[in-house]
Amino acid sequence: MVLKNIYDVVVIGSGPGGLAAAVAAKKEGAEDVLVIERDMELGGILIQCIHNGFGVEIFKEDLPGPSYAQRFIKEVFSLGVEILLDTMVLDITPQRKIYASNKRLGFVEIEARSIVLAMGCRERSRPQIRIPGTRPVGVYTAGTAQRWVNVEGYMPGNRVVILGSGDIGMIMARRLTFEGAKVERVLEVMPYLTGLTRNYVQCLLDFDIQLQLRHTVKRVLGNNCVEAVEAVQVDEKWNPVPGSEEIIPCDTLLLSVGLIPENELSRKAGVKLDPITSGPYVDDNFQTNVPGIFAAGNVVHVYDLVDWVTEAGFQAGKCAAKYAIVTHRKESNYVPLIAGDNVRYIVPQKLDKRNLEENEIRLQMRVTQPIEQPVWIEVHDKENLVARKAERYVRPGEMVTVVLKQKNYKDVEKAENLTINIAPR
Amino acid sequence: MEELKKLICISCPQGCTLEVTVEGKTVLKVDGESCKQGIEYAEQEITDPRRMIASTVQVKNGYHPLVPVYTKMPIPKNTIKNVLKELRKVELTAPVALGTVVIKNVLGTGIDVITSRDMPTRTAEQDHFLK
Ligand SMILES: Cc1cc2nc3c(=O)[nH]c(=O)nc-3n(C[C@H](O)[C@H](O)[C@H](O)COP(=O)(O)OP(=O)(O)OC[C@H]3O[C@@H](n4cnc5c(N)ncnc54)[C@H](O)[C@@H]3O)c2cc1C
Ligand code: SF4
Repeated sequence: MVLKNIYDVVVIGSGPGGLAAAVAAKKEGAEDVLVIERDMELGGILIQCIHNGFGVEIFKEDLPGPSYAQRFIKEVFSLGVEILLDTMVLDITPQRKIYASNKRLGFVEIEARSIVLAMGCRERSRPQIRIPGTRPVGVYTAGTAQRWVNVEGYMPGNRVVILGSGDIGMIMARRLTFEGAKVERVLEVMPYLTGLTRNYVQCLLDFDIQLQLRHTVKRVLGNNCVEAVEAVQVDEKWNPVPGSEEIIPCDTLLLSVGLIPENELSRKAGVKLDPITSGPYVDDNFQTNVPGIFAAGNVVHVYDLVDWVTEAGFQAGKCAAKYAIVTHRKESNYVPLIAGDNVRYIVPQKLDKRNLEENEIRLQMRVTQPIEQPVWIEVHDKENLVARKAERYVRPGEMVTVVLKQKNYKDVEKAENLTINIAPR
Repeated sequence: MEELKKLICISCPQGCTLEVTVEGKTVLKVDGESCKQGIEYAEQEITDPRRMIASTVQVKNGYHPLVPVYTKMPIPKNTIKNVLKELRKVELTAPVALGTVVIKNVLGTGIDVITSRDMPTRTAEQDHFLK
């Protein structure tokens, strides 16, 4: 694939949010749409969510995550969206320049008329919830374990304790049981379940997995590998209840303690984040405070239904396409000014040709080399001479001015760009 | 003898609590549902509880070593363990298409187990890294 320098819409991330945005942007009329994904395949987190429960709202069907993703992947390809896989976006500027790295292409720089941020979210990990004890092998986030078991074919361990009653944790309790592990306990610090009740029924109750509310892990035990965790009951203020400690032997502790929107890139682009959602402030078009930068999906706030992520992606993609089309139209009124023979620079660097209908436009420049004899300062549209002016000499220290008049409009209107050359008469 | 059973409907994320009056395996009355699927669920759960099952099977020469699969329809709860056992015996060869039947009429349930995604073959680049 040959990358273009500029795209109408660039979508960062190819989960359900990003795929929906790309589809909607294409359908809205954006010509060049590019999706950049750091993974080797499209689909985001859905690739590892092999259980059912996706698509009831959008497709009126109960699909596994990979099937849901594949419908959009197919559509993205059939609409002619360009895809850049295995590519990590490193930086975005408020002017919508995107810097990314790819093994094959190296460091890439792409300009976008509009951007949709769809980087999803990341799981809270051990340092973020500060679990005391040793640092042995065997403490993972539930999502990491999900990736291993469902995609890569590894088991994290055989005796498992899960901290947190979020959906990913409960779904993994069932999944690990299917694969022959024993889930010893699910501990939840809150006095209520944090995931869906249906998952409590079909993932824990069905398999007699014990859930303890108002309980947490006080300590991780084990030197090289996890050997046990010490569970403890907590009171209303989350203080451990003395005497309620229990050692639960296990070789794995999974953390299912919440998700945080992944917004390092957004911050670099000057996008303002809401301290409560940890995602960007957005308007009803999912536009952030930076014009032309949109955001959709879990990068904005953590959704509990993929269908709604898709809806958000559609809206963001559609509005991003509209923005890009308007920007493109504005750009096509612009005529870049190119410094030609013996011209060092010209200000302005480009002009809006519609202005020339009513006003004259003053172009100012400096020369590279002095020419101590009469010269022509010529404005060209390729071969066609648009305007020229005579000077007795030119010197780098003295600014040169040419004025384009209304009568030049006809010529400028046709031009893709204008070159200014200075040469002896 | 009439009995009151509490069930949680798992047909959709709302998870309504159902109060079901039963006599043996006959459902007399359902309360607490928000839609008619709740009643169907209660009937089913009392007479013949079933679940959707998703797991993985091995795939030779695939882009990933596993391909995800699921039961096309919910299967009887008491067959889950054995269905999983059957799945462990399966090995497919890539490429595999979404919707490929992995086991037809699994354990005589009348229900097929199918793949939930395409699985392309391993790329040359992956081979290079595995060497
Ligand atoms: C482990 C886990 C399990 C989940 N399970 C469920 C579930 O069972 N059911 C459910 O409804 N919801 C689940 N969720 C919530 C789920 O994330 C959302 O419902 C949905 O997938 C979000 O879609 P998204 O497009 O916003 O993000 P994602 O699907 O997370 O996609 C984001 C994509 O952006 C890419 N990306 C990020 N940063 C960059 C970068 N700098 N450069 C290039 N690419 C980048 C990532 O690689 C990823 O592919 C789960 C979430 C997690 C983390
Ligand atoms: S009764 Fe209806 S609304 Fe309630 S959980 Fe069941 S399907 Fe959902």
